[in-house]
Amino acid sequence: MSISKKEVMHIARLARIELTEEEISKFEKELSEILTFVEELNEVDAKGVKPMTGGTSFANMMRQDATLDDNLEGKQANILRAAPITKNEWVEVKAVFE
Amino acid sequence: MNLNKLTIKEARAGLKEKKFSVRELVDDCLTAIKEKDSTLHAYLEVFEEARKEAGILDKMGQDLRDPPLLFGIPMSVKDNILVEGKRSTAGSKILAPYTASYDATVIRKIKKQGAVILGKTNMDEFAMGSSTENSAFGPTKNPHGLNRVPGGSSGGSAAAVAADLCLGAIGSDTGGSIRQPASFCGVVGLKPTYGSVSRHGLIAMASSLDQIGPLAKTVADARIIFDAIKGADNFDATAKQENESSATKSHSQKLRIGIPKEYFGQGLDPEVEKIIKSAFKKIENAGAIIEEISLPHAKYALPAYYIIVPSEVSANLARFDGIRYGFKTPTADTLFEVYGKSRAEGFGPEVKRRIMLGTYVLSAGYYDAYYLKAQKVRALIKKDFEEAFKKVDLIAGPTTPTPAFSLGSHTANPLEMYLADIYTVAINLAGIPALSMPAGNVTDDGKKLPVGLQLIGKWFQEDALLEYAEYFEKIIEI
Repeated sequence: MSISKKEVMHIARLARIELTEEEISKFEKELSEILTFVEELNEVDAKGVKPMTGGTSFANMMRQDATLDDNLEGKQANILRAAPITKNEWVEVKAVFE
Repeated sequence: MNLNKLTIKEARAGLKEKKFSVRELVDDCLTAIKEKDSTLHAYLEVFEEARKEAGILDKMGQDLRDPPLLFGIPMSVKDNILVEGKRSTAGSKILAPYTASYDATVIRKIKKQGAVILGKTNMDEFAMGSSTENSAFGPTKNPHGLNRVPGGSSGGSAAAVAADLCLGAIGSDTGGSIRQPASFCGVVGLKPTYGSVSRHGLIAMASSLDQIGPLAKTVADARIIFDAIKGADNFDATAKQENESSATKSHSQKLRIGIPKEYFGQGLDPEVEKIIKSAFKKIENAGAIIEEISLPHAKYALPAYYIIVPSEVSANLARFDGIRYGFKTPTADTLFEVYGKSRAEGFGPEVKRRIMLGTYVLSAGYYDAYYLKAQKVRALIKKDFEEAFKKVDLIAGPTTPTPAFSLGSHTANPLEMYLADIYTVAINLAGIPALSMPAGNVTDDGKKLPVGLQLIGKWFQEDALLEYAEYFEKIIEI
Protein backbone atom coordinates (compact mmCIF):
# COMPACT_ATOMS: atom_id res chain seq x y z
CA MET A 1 0.00 0.00 0.00
CA SER A 2 1.45 3.26 -1.08
CA ILE A 3 0.99 6.35 1.01
CA SER A 4 1.15 9.76 -0.60
CA LYS A 5 3.07 12.81 0.53
CA LYS A 6 -0.23 14.57 1.14
CA GLU A 7 -1.37 11.74 3.40
CA VAL A 8 1.89 11.84 5.34
CA MET A 9 1.41 15.54 5.94
CA HIS A 10 -2.18 14.97 7.02
CA ILE A 11 -1.15 12.26 9.50
CA ALA A 12 1.63 14.45 10.86
CA ARG A 13 -0.90 17.16 11.52
CA LEU A 14 -3.24 14.73 13.28
CA ALA A 15 -0.34 13.42 15.35
CA ARG A 16 0.81 16.96 16.16
CA ILE A 17 4.38 16.33 14.99
CA GLU A 18 6.08 18.89 12.76
CA LEU A 19 8.07 17.08 10.10
CA THR A 20 10.92 18.37 7.95
CA GLU A 21 10.78 17.92 4.16
CA GLU A 22 13.36 15.18 4.51
CA GLU A 23 11.28 13.38 7.13
CA ILE A 24 8.15 13.60 4.96
CA SER A 25 9.93 11.86 2.07
CA LYS A 26 11.46 9.32 4.42
CA PHE A 27 8.11 8.46 6.00
CA GLU A 28 6.44 8.29 2.58
CA LYS A 29 8.78 5.44 1.75
CA GLU A 30 8.98 3.72 5.16
CA LEU A 31 5.29 3.85 5.99
CA SER A 32 4.41 2.49 2.54
CA GLU A 33 6.77 -0.43 3.11
CA ILE A 34 5.39 -1.20 6.54
CA LEU A 35 1.80 -0.95 5.33
CA THR A 36 2.59 -3.36 2.49
CA PHE A 37 4.07 -5.73 5.06
CA VAL A 38 1.03 -5.64 7.37
CA GLU A 39 -1.34 -6.17 4.46
CA GLU A 40 -0.40 -9.84 4.70
CA LEU A 41 -3.35 -9.94 7.11
CA ASN A 42 -5.65 -9.78 4.07
CA GLU A 43 -4.85 -13.47 3.59
CA VAL A 44 -6.63 -14.36 6.81
CA ASP A 45 -10.29 -15.26 6.68
CA ALA A 46 -11.60 -13.70 9.88
CA LYS A 47 -15.29 -13.80 9.07
CA GLY A 48 -17.37 -14.14 12.21
CA VAL A 49 -14.38 -13.72 14.52
CA LYS A 50 -14.94 -11.42 17.46
CA PRO A 51 -12.09 -8.92 17.65
CA MET A 52 -10.10 -8.70 20.87
CA THR A 53 -10.63 -5.43 22.63
CA GLY A 54 -7.70 -5.42 25.01
CA GLY A 55 -5.22 -7.62 26.80
CA THR A 56 -7.65 -9.36 29.09
CA SER A 57 -11.13 -10.83 29.01
CA PHE A 58 -11.87 -9.50 32.48
CA ALA A 59 -14.55 -6.84 32.53
CA ASN A 60 -16.02 -4.41 35.03
CA MET A 61 -13.16 -4.56 37.51
CA MET A 62 -14.56 -2.39 40.28
CA ARG A 63 -13.21 -0.91 43.46
CA GLN A 64 -14.52 1.29 46.24
CA ASP A 65 -15.03 4.91 45.22
CA ALA A 66 -12.55 6.17 47.78
CA THR A 67 -9.09 7.72 47.84
CA LEU A 68 -6.52 4.97 47.45
CA ASP A 69 -3.24 6.69 47.94
CA ASP A 70 -2.54 7.10 51.62
CA ASN A 71 0.55 9.19 51.06
CA LEU A 72 -0.42 12.28 49.09
CA GLU A 73 1.64 14.79 51.08
CA GLY A 74 3.64 16.91 48.70
CA LYS A 75 2.51 14.99 45.62
CA GLN A 76 0.79 18.06 44.13
CA ALA A 77 4.10 19.91 44.30
CA ASN A 78 5.86 17.03 42.59
CA ILE A 79 3.41 17.08 39.70
CA LEU A 80 3.62 20.83 39.31
CA ARG A 81 7.37 20.75 39.41
CA ALA A 82 7.36 18.43 36.39
CA ALA A 83 5.61 20.94 34.15
CA PRO A 84 7.92 23.13 32.00
CA ILE A 85 6.10 26.39 32.77
CA THR A 86 3.99 27.00 35.86
CA LYS A 87 2.57 30.01 37.62
CA ASN A 88 1.64 29.63 41.30
CA GLU A 89 -0.41 26.45 41.34
CA TRP A 90 -1.22 26.51 37.64
CA VAL A 91 0.37 24.96 34.56
CA GLU A 92 0.79 27.59 31.89
CA VAL A 93 -0.55 26.98 28.36
CA LYS A 94 -0.67 29.16 25.29
CA ALA A 95 -4.08 30.52 24.29
CA VAL A 96 -6.29 27.83 22.83
CA PHE A 97 -8.33 30.32 20.84
CA GLU A 98 -6.59 33.03 18.91
CA MET B 1 35.33 -9.65 47.21
CA ASN B 2 33.35 -9.65 43.94
CA LEU B 3 30.04 -10.07 45.76
CA ASN B 4 28.41 -8.62 42.63
CA LYS B 5 28.94 -12.00 40.97
CA LEU B 6 26.58 -13.76 43.37
CA THR B 7 23.05 -14.82 42.54
CA ILE B 8 20.16 -13.43 44.60
CA LYS B 9 19.76 -16.83 46.29
CA GLU B 10 23.47 -16.91 47.23
CA ALA B 11 23.42 -13.30 48.42
CA ARG B 12 20.39 -13.94 50.63
CA ALA B 13 22.13 -16.92 52.21
CA GLY B 14 25.38 -15.00 52.64
CA LEU B 15 23.65 -12.04 54.26
CA LYS B 16 21.67 -14.29 56.59
CA GLU B 17 24.83 -16.11 57.65
CA LYS B 18 26.51 -12.74 58.12
CA LYS B 19 29.33 -13.64 55.72
CA PHE B 20 29.16 -10.09 54.41
CA SER B 21 27.04 -6.99 54.86
CA VAL B 22 24.54 -5.29 52.56
CA ARG B 23 26.96 -2.38 52.42
CA GLU B 24 29.75 -4.65 51.11
CA LEU B 25 27.39 -6.19 48.56
CA VAL B 26 26.24 -2.81 47.28
CA ASP B 27 29.80 -1.43 47.31
CA ASP B 28 31.01 -4.30 45.12
CA CYS B 29 28.19 -3.65 42.64
CA LEU B 30 28.93 0.07 42.51
CA THR B 31 32.65 -0.63 42.06
CA ALA B 32 31.87 -2.99 39.18
CA ILE B 33 29.66 -0.32 37.61
CA LYS B 34 32.47 2.22 37.88
CA GLU B 35 34.87 -0.20 36.25
CA LYS B 36 32.70 -1.54 33.43
CA ASP B 37 29.79 0.76 32.73
CA SER B 38 31.68 3.49 30.90
CA THR B 39 32.22 0.81 28.26
CA LEU B 40 28.89 -0.99 28.46
CA HIS B 41 26.58 2.00 29.12
CA ALA B 42 23.94 -0.24 30.72
CA TYR B 43 22.99 2.47 33.23
CA LEU B 44 21.53 5.89 32.49
CA GLU B 45 21.82 6.92 36.12
CA VAL B 46 23.51 5.35 39.13
CA PHE B 47 22.29 6.11 42.66
CA GLU B 48 25.30 6.77 44.87
CA GLU B 49 22.97 7.03 47.86
CA ALA B 50 22.47 3.28 47.56
CA ARG B 51 25.50 3.01 49.87
CA LYS B 52 23.72 4.94 52.61
CA GLU B 53 20.56 2.87 52.11
CA ALA B 54 22.67 -0.27 52.45
CA GLY B 55 23.99 0.97 55.78
CA ILE B 56 20.46 1.56 57.04
CA LEU B 57 19.41 -1.92 55.97
CA ASP B 58 22.41 -3.42 57.75
CA LYS B 59 21.33 -1.73 60.99
CA MET B 60 17.75 -2.97 60.50
CA GLY B 61 18.96 -6.43 59.55
CA GLN B 62 20.53 -6.94 62.96
CA ASP B 63 17.14 -7.58 64.50
CA LEU B 64 15.39 -9.30 61.58
CA ARG B 65 15.00 -13.00 62.05
CA ASP B 66 13.31 -13.60 58.71
CA PRO B 67 14.32 -10.91 56.23
CA PRO B 68 11.90 -10.16 53.40
CA LEU B 69 12.36 -11.62 49.89
CA LEU B 70 14.75 -9.06 48.41
CA PHE B 71 16.36 -7.74 51.59
CA GLY B 72 19.66 -6.04 50.73
CA ILE B 73 19.59 -7.22 47.13
CA PRO B 74 21.04 -4.63 44.69
CA MET B 75 18.78 -4.27 41.66
CA SER B 76 18.50 -2.15 38.55
CA VAL B 77 15.28 -0.67 37.17
CA LYS B 78 14.51 0.03 33.50
CA ASP B 79 14.12 3.74 32.91
CA ASN B 80 10.44 3.51 31.93
CA ILE B 81 9.47 2.44 35.45
CA LEU B 82 8.92 5.29 37.87
CA VAL B 83 11.01 5.68 41.02
CA GLU B 84 9.73 8.67 42.96
CA GLY B 85 12.05 11.64 43.03
CA LYS B 86 14.29 10.18 40.35
CA ARG B 87 14.57 10.95 36.64
CA SER B 88 12.62 8.65 34.37
CA THR B 89 13.41 9.23 30.71
CA ALA B 90 12.01 6.12 29.00
CA GLY B 91 15.16 6.47 26.87
CA SER B 92 13.77 9.63 25.32
CA LYS B 93 14.86 13.24 25.03
CA ILE B 94 11.27 14.32 25.56
CA LEU B 95 11.45 13.10 29.15
CA ALA B 96 15.05 14.06 29.87
CA PRO B 97 13.94 16.79 32.32
CA TYR B 98 11.24 14.62 33.94
CA THR B 99 11.36 13.58 37.59
CA ALA B 100 8.91 10.89 38.67
CA SER B 101 6.24 12.11 41.09
CA TYR B 102 5.39 8.65 42.42
CA ASP B 103 6.71 5.12 42.77
CA ALA B 104 5.44 2.46 40.41
CA THR B 105 3.58 -0.30 42.26
CA VAL B 106 6.38 -2.77 41.50
CA ILE B 107 8.87 -0.28 42.98
CA ARG B 108 6.75 0.14 46.12
CA LYS B 109 6.77 -3.64 46.36
CA ILE B 110 10.49 -4.21 45.91
CA LYS B 111 11.29 -1.36 48.29
CA LYS B 112 8.99 -2.98 50.85
CA GLN B 113 10.89 -6.23 50.31
CA GLY B 114 14.14 -4.45 51.14
CA ALA B 115 15.72 -4.22 47.70
CA VAL B 116 18.41 -1.60 47.08
CA ILE B 117 17.92 0.20 43.77
CA LEU B 118 21.31 0.87 42.19
CA GLY B 119 20.02 2.97 39.30
CA LYS B 120 18.00 3.21 36.09
CA THR B 121 18.96 1.27 33.01
CA ASN B 122 19.14 2.17 29.34
CA MET B 123 16.45 1.22 26.86
CA ASP B 124 15.12 1.79 23.36
CA GLU B 125 13.13 5.02 23.33
CA PHE B 126 9.66 4.38 24.82
CA ALA B 127 10.45 0.67 24.59
CA MET B 128 10.35 0.75 20.79
CA GLY B 129 13.13 -1.35 19.44
CA SER B 130 14.99 -4.63 19.67
CA SER B 131 18.55 -3.44 20.15
CA THR B 132 18.66 -0.44 22.53
CA GLU B 133 20.08 1.49 19.57
CA ASN B 134 16.97 3.68 19.61
CA SER B 135 17.90 5.16 22.99
CA ALA B 136 18.27 8.92 22.80
CA PHE B 137 21.28 8.54 25.10
CA GLY B 138 23.42 6.14 23.11
CA PRO B 139 23.33 2.35 22.82
CA THR B 140 24.27 -0.25 25.40
CA LYS B 141 26.90 -2.85 24.47
CA ASN B 142 26.51 -6.59 24.84
CA PRO B 143 28.95 -7.85 27.52
CA HIS B 144 29.59 -10.95 25.38
CA GLY B 145 30.77 -8.91 22.42
CA LEU B 146 31.25 -5.16 22.61
CA ASN B 147 30.41 -4.60 18.95
CA ARG B 148 27.12 -6.45 19.43
CA VAL B 149 23.73 -5.22 20.57
CA PRO B 150 22.42 -6.39 23.93
CA GLY B 151 18.95 -6.66 22.42
CA GLY B 152 16.03 -4.42 23.34
CA SER B 153 14.18 -2.70 24.57
CA SER B 154 15.42 -3.81 28.03
CA GLY B 155 19.02 -3.90 26.75
CA GLY B 156 20.43 -2.05 29.74
CA SER B 157 18.68 -4.41 32.17
CA ALA B 158 19.97 -7.54 30.44
CA ALA B 159 23.52 -6.21 30.06
CA ALA B 160 23.63 -5.12 33.71
CA VAL B 161 22.64 -8.59 34.90
CA ALA B 162 24.98 -10.35 32.46
CA ALA B 163 27.95 -8.18 33.49
CA ASP B 164 27.27 -8.53 37.21
CA LEU B 165 26.45 -4.85 37.59
CA CYS B 166 23.41 -5.78 39.71
CA LEU B 167 22.01 -9.03 41.06
CA GLY B 168 18.67 -8.72 39.34
CA ALA B 169 16.73 -6.33 37.14
CA ILE B 170 13.18 -5.17 36.52
CA GLY B 171 12.33 -4.64 32.85
CA SER B 172 9.26 -4.48 30.63
CA ASP B 173 8.09 -6.58 27.68
CA THR B 174 5.55 -5.62 25.02
CA GLY B 175 6.75 -7.71 22.08
CA GLY B 176 9.81 -9.46 23.49
CA SER B 177 11.61 -6.63 25.25
CA ILE B 178 12.60 -8.75 28.26
CA ARG B 179 13.02 -12.12 26.55
CA GLN B 180 14.99 -11.07 23.49
CA PRO B 181 17.70 -9.13 25.38
CA ALA B 182 17.81 -11.95 27.95
CA SER B 183 18.48 -14.32 25.06
CA PHE B 184 21.16 -12.09 23.53
CA CYS B 185 22.92 -11.52 26.86
CA GLY B 186 22.71 -15.06 28.23
CA VAL B 187 20.45 -14.38 31.20
CA VAL B 188 16.97 -15.43 32.30
CA GLY B 189 14.02 -13.17 31.46
CA LEU B 190 10.35 -13.67 32.29
CA LYS B 191 7.36 -11.95 30.76
CA PRO B 192 4.47 -12.71 33.10
CA THR B 193 0.86 -13.29 32.02
CA TYR B 194 -0.87 -10.04 31.10
CA GLY B 195 -2.44 -9.06 34.42
CA SER B 196 -0.01 -10.85 36.76
CA VAL B 197 1.99 -7.74 37.50
CA SER B 198 0.68 -4.19 37.92
CA ARG B 199 1.52 -1.67 35.21
CA HIS B 200 0.89 1.30 37.50
CA GLY B 201 3.97 3.50 37.17
CA LEU B 202 5.16 1.90 33.93
CA ILE B 203 5.38 4.53 31.21
CA ALA B 204 2.84 3.00 28.84
CA MET B 205 3.70 1.87 25.36
CA ALA B 206 0.89 -0.50 24.30
CA SER B 207 -1.45 -0.90 27.22
CA SER B 208 -3.01 -4.18 26.12
CA LEU B 209 0.37 -5.91 25.81
CA ASP B 210 2.81 -4.26 28.25
CA GLN B 211 4.04 -6.30 31.21
CA ILE B 212 6.75 -5.71 33.78
CA GLY B 213 8.99 -8.66 34.57
CA PRO B 214 12.35 -9.80 35.99
CA LEU B 215 15.74 -10.39 34.40
CA ALA B 216 18.12 -12.45 36.49
CA LYS B 217 21.10 -14.81 36.44
CA THR B 218 19.09 -17.94 37.23
CA VAL B 219 15.51 -19.15 37.04
CA ALA B 220 15.36 -19.37 40.85
CA ASP B 221 16.36 -15.69 41.06
CA ALA B 222 13.73 -14.74 38.46
CA ARG B 223 11.15 -16.48 40.60
CA ILE B 224 12.18 -14.57 43.72
CA ILE B 225 11.76 -11.26 41.90
CA PHE B 226 8.47 -12.33 40.30
CA ASP B 227 7.06 -13.36 43.66
CA ALA B 228 7.96 -9.93 45.01
CA ILE B 229 6.31 -7.94 42.20
CA LYS B 230 3.25 -10.01 41.27
CA GLY B 231 -0.25 -9.44 42.50
CA ALA B 232 -3.50 -7.55 42.21
CA ASP B 233 -3.36 -3.77 42.40
CA ASN B 234 -6.15 -1.23 42.85
CA PHE B 235 -4.18 1.19 40.69
CA ASP B 236 -4.27 -1.15 37.67
CA ALA B 237 -7.69 -2.54 36.78
CA THR B 238 -6.11 -5.18 34.56
CA ALA B 239 -4.01 -6.61 37.40
CA LYS B 240 -6.63 -8.36 39.40
CA GLN B 241 -6.03 -12.03 38.93
CA GLU B 242 -4.22 -13.54 41.86
CA ASN B 243 -1.56 -15.90 40.58
CA GLU B 244 -2.83 -19.47 40.84
CA SER B 245 -0.48 -21.85 42.49
CA SER B 246 -0.40 -24.18 39.53
CA ALA B 247 0.22 -27.86 39.93
CA THR B 248 3.14 -29.18 37.98
CA LYS B 249 3.45 -32.69 36.71
CA SER B 250 5.54 -34.93 38.88
CA HIS B 251 8.33 -36.91 37.30
CA SER B 252 6.07 -39.93 36.90
CA GLN B 253 3.55 -37.98 34.84
CA LYS B 254 4.85 -37.26 31.39
CA LEU B 255 5.37 -33.57 30.69
CA ARG B 256 4.16 -32.79 27.18
CA ILE B 257 6.07 -30.09 25.32
CA GLY B 258 4.84 -28.73 21.99
CA ILE B 259 7.29 -27.48 19.37
CA PRO B 260 5.53 -25.28 16.81
CA LYS B 261 6.57 -26.36 13.33
CA GLU B 262 6.15 -22.74 12.18
CA TYR B 263 9.09 -21.71 14.40
CA PHE B 264 11.59 -23.86 12.51
CA GLY B 265 11.24 -22.48 9.03
CA GLN B 266 13.02 -19.86 7.04
CA GLY B 267 14.96 -17.20 8.87
CA LEU B 268 16.15 -19.36 11.77
CA ASP B 269 19.95 -19.40 12.04
CA PRO B 270 21.11 -23.03 11.63
CA GLU B 271 23.56 -22.70 14.55
CA VAL B 272 20.74 -21.50 16.82
CA GLU B 273 18.56 -24.37 15.61
CA LYS B 274 21.28 -26.86 16.49
CA ILE B 275 21.53 -25.59 20.06
CA ILE B 276 17.77 -25.55 20.59
CA LYS B 277 17.36 -29.05 19.18
CA SER B 278 20.20 -30.28 21.37
CA ALA B 279 18.45 -28.82 24.42
CA PHE B 280 15.24 -30.62 23.37
CA LYS B 281 17.14 -33.89 23.11
CA LYS B 282 18.43 -33.54 26.68
CA ILE B 283 14.93 -32.69 27.93
CA GLU B 284 13.47 -35.66 26.06
CA ASN B 285 16.10 -37.99 27.51
CA ALA B 286 15.05 -36.81 30.96
CA GLY B 287 11.55 -38.11 30.30
CA ALA B 288 9.47 -35.37 28.69
CA ILE B 289 7.39 -36.01 25.59
CA ILE B 290 8.28 -33.61 22.82
CA GLU B 291 5.82 -33.37 19.96
CA GLU B 292 5.31 -31.16 16.96
CA ILE B 293 2.33 -28.83 17.11
CA SER B 294 1.01 -26.18 14.80
CA LEU B 295 0.17 -22.56 15.46
CA PRO B 296 -1.54 -21.93 12.11
CA HIS B 297 -1.64 -18.15 12.41
CA ALA B 298 1.97 -17.80 13.60
CA LYS B 299 3.12 -15.85 10.58
CA TYR B 300 0.42 -13.22 11.08
CA ALA B 301 1.62 -12.30 14.56
CA LEU B 302 4.15 -9.72 13.37
CA PRO B 303 1.81 -7.86 11.00
CA ALA B 304 -0.99 -7.89 13.60
CA TYR B 305 1.48 -6.62 16.20
CA TYR B 306 2.69 -3.79 13.97
CA ILE B 307 -0.84 -2.56 13.51
CA ILE B 308 -2.08 -2.90 17.10
CA VAL B 309 1.02 -1.61 18.87
CA PRO B 310 1.53 1.59 16.86
CA SER B 311 -2.21 2.29 17.29
CA GLU B 312 -1.95 2.05 21.07
CA VAL B 313 1.33 3.94 20.98
CA SER B 314 -0.23 6.84 19.07
CA ALA B 315 -2.81 7.16 21.85
CA ASN B 316 -0.43 6.66 24.77
CA LEU B 317 2.18 9.12 23.56
CA ALA B 318 -0.34 11.90 22.92
CA ARG B 319 0.28 13.03 26.51
CA PHE B 320 3.79 14.19 25.63
CA ASP B 321 2.79 17.66 24.59
CA GLY B 322 5.46 19.98 25.95
CA ILE B 323 3.00 21.24 28.56
CA ARG B 324 2.46 18.71 31.34
CA TYR B 325 5.97 17.44 31.81
CA GLY B 326 9.25 16.92 30.07
CA PHE B 327 10.81 18.76 27.20
CA LYS B 328 9.22 21.87 25.77
CA THR B 329 10.38 23.47 22.56
CA PRO B 330 11.91 26.92 23.13
CA THR B 331 10.61 28.30 19.83
CA ALA B 332 6.82 28.00 19.69
CA ASP B 333 4.55 30.95 18.89
CA THR B 334 1.20 29.16 18.88
CA LEU B 335 -0.28 26.32 20.89
CA PHE B 336 -0.14 24.08 17.83
CA GLU B 337 3.56 24.78 17.55
CA VAL B 338 4.07 23.91 21.20
CA TYR B 339 2.78 20.44 20.35
CA GLY B 340 4.24 20.18 16.85
CA LYS B 341 7.73 21.38 17.70
CA SER B 342 8.10 19.81 21.15
CA ARG B 343 7.16 16.43 19.76
CA ALA B 344 9.28 16.91 16.65
CA GLU B 345 12.34 17.84 18.70
CA GLY B 346 11.74 15.47 21.59
CA PHE B 347 10.88 12.21 19.82
CA GLY B 348 13.34 10.01 17.93
CA PRO B 349 12.70 8.53 14.45
CA GLU B 350 11.30 5.13 15.49
CA VAL B 351 8.86 6.75 17.90
CA LYS B 352 7.68 9.16 15.21
CA ARG B 353 7.37 6.29 12.77
CA ARG B 354 5.12 4.28 15.08
CA ILE B 355 2.99 7.26 16.09
CA MET B 356 2.48 8.08 12.42
CA LEU B 357 1.61 4.48 11.57
CA GLY B 358 -0.83 4.25 14.46
CA THR B 359 -2.44 7.58 13.63
CA TYR B 360 -2.94 6.47 10.02
CA VAL B 361 -4.34 3.06 10.90
CA LEU B 362 -6.82 4.54 13.38
CA SER B 363 -7.90 7.40 11.16
CA ALA B 364 -11.27 7.57 9.46
CA GLY B 365 -11.56 5.23 6.52
CA TYR B 366 -8.76 2.89 7.56
CA TYR B 367 -9.87 1.64 10.98
CA ASP B 368 -11.83 -1.38 9.72
CA ALA B 369 -9.29 -2.52 7.18
CA TYR B 370 -6.33 -2.45 9.50
CA TYR B 371 -7.06 -2.13 13.22
CA LEU B 372 -10.27 -4.13 13.39
CA LYS B 373 -8.81 -6.85 11.18
CA ALA B 374 -5.68 -7.01 13.32
CA GLN B 375 -7.74 -7.43 16.50
CA LYS B 376 -9.63 -10.29 14.84
CA VAL B 377 -6.39 -11.97 13.80
CA ARG B 378 -5.21 -11.43 17.36
CA ALA B 379 -8.23 -13.39 18.59
CA LEU B 380 -7.29 -16.20 16.17
CA ILE B 381 -3.68 -16.19 17.39
CA LYS B 382 -4.91 -16.46 21.00
CA LYS B 383 -7.18 -19.32 19.98
CA ASP B 384 -4.21 -21.15 18.38
CA PHE B 385 -2.53 -21.18 21.79
CA GLU B 386 -5.73 -22.25 23.57
CA GLU B 387 -6.04 -25.19 21.20
CA ALA B 388 -2.38 -26.11 21.56
CA PHE B 389 -2.56 -26.05 25.35
CA LYS B 390 -5.33 -28.63 25.24
CA LYS B 391 -2.74 -31.10 23.94
CA VAL B 392 0.51 -29.94 25.60
CA ASP B 393 1.59 -28.47 28.95
CA LEU B 394 4.33 -26.21 27.62
CA ILE B 395 5.33 -24.76 24.25
CA ALA B 396 9.00 -24.27 23.43
CA GLY B 397 11.30 -22.93 20.74
CA PRO B 398 14.12 -20.46 20.11
CA THR B 399 13.63 -17.00 21.65
CA THR B 400 15.26 -15.26 18.69
CA PRO B 401 16.10 -16.37 15.13
CA THR B 402 19.74 -15.30 15.47
CA PRO B 403 22.27 -14.55 18.20
CA ALA B 404 23.09 -10.91 19.01
CA PHE B 405 23.72 -8.97 15.80
CA SER B 406 26.26 -6.20 15.34
CA LEU B 407 25.55 -2.61 16.25
CA GLY B 408 24.27 -0.72 13.23
CA SER B 409 23.53 -3.85 11.20
CA HIS B 410 19.73 -3.69 11.39
CA THR B 411 19.14 0.04 11.46
CA ALA B 412 18.86 0.80 7.74
CA ASN B 413 15.43 -0.75 7.32
CA PRO B 414 12.86 -0.71 10.14
CA LEU B 415 11.29 -3.96 8.95
CA GLU B 416 14.59 -5.78 9.39
CA MET B 417 14.59 -4.87 13.09
CA TYR B 418 10.94 -5.90 13.48
CA LEU B 419 11.79 -9.42 12.28
CA ALA B 420 14.02 -9.96 15.32
CA ASP B 421 10.82 -10.37 17.36
CA ILE B 422 9.29 -13.08 15.19
CA TYR B 423 9.05 -15.61 18.03
CA THR B 424 8.14 -13.26 20.81
CA VAL B 425 5.27 -10.98 19.70
CA ALA B 426 2.55 -13.64 19.50
CA ILE B 427 2.99 -14.26 23.22
CA ASN B 428 2.14 -10.66 24.07
CA LEU B 429 -0.81 -10.65 21.69
CA ALA B 430 -2.23 -13.72 23.45
CA GLY B 431 -1.31 -12.49 26.94
CA ILE B 432 0.39 -15.73 27.98
CA PRO B 433 3.56 -15.97 30.14
CA ALA B 434 6.91 -16.83 28.58
CA LEU B 435 10.48 -17.13 29.77
CA SER B 436 13.82 -17.10 27.99
CA MET B 437 16.70 -19.08 29.47
CA PRO B 438 20.26 -19.71 28.23
CA ALA B 439 20.54 -22.86 26.14
CA GLY B 440 24.08 -22.62 24.85
CA ASN B 441 26.43 -20.42 22.80
CA VAL B 442 27.31 -20.03 19.14
CA THR B 443 30.77 -18.93 18.14
CA ASP B 444 30.69 -16.05 15.71
CA ASP B 445 33.62 -13.90 14.76
CA GLY B 446 35.66 -15.25 17.65
CA LYS B 447 32.98 -14.42 20.19
CA LYS B 448 30.77 -16.81 22.16
CA LEU B 449 27.25 -15.46 21.77
CA PRO B 450 24.40 -16.76 23.94
CA VAL B 451 21.34 -18.52 22.54
CA GLY B 452 18.03 -18.42 24.41
CA LEU B 453 15.38 -21.13 24.73
CA GLN B 454 11.85 -19.75 25.04
CA LEU B 455 9.35 -21.59 27.20
CA ILE B 456 5.72 -20.57 26.87
CA GLY B 457 3.15 -21.38 29.54
CA LYS B 458 -0.56 -21.26 30.16
CA TRP B 459 -2.35 -18.16 31.36
CA PHE B 460 -1.55 -17.37 35.00
CA GLN B 461 0.55 -20.52 35.47
CA GLU B 462 3.92 -18.86 36.07
CA ASP B 463 4.62 -21.20 38.99
CA ALA B 464 4.52 -24.22 36.69
CA LEU B 465 6.50 -22.42 34.00
CA LEU B 466 9.23 -21.43 36.46
CA GLU B 467 9.38 -24.89 37.96
CA TYR B 468 9.82 -26.57 34.57
CA ALA B 469 12.41 -23.96 33.60
CA GLU B 470 14.39 -24.59 36.76
CA TYR B 471 14.37 -28.30 36.05
CA PHE B 472 15.52 -27.75 32.45
CA GLU B 473 18.26 -25.43 33.73
CA LYS B 474 19.74 -28.40 35.57
CA ILE B 475 19.34 -30.73 32.59
CA ILE B 476 20.72 -28.38 29.93
CA GLU B 477 23.50 -27.38 32.30
CA ILE B 478 25.72 -25.00 30.36
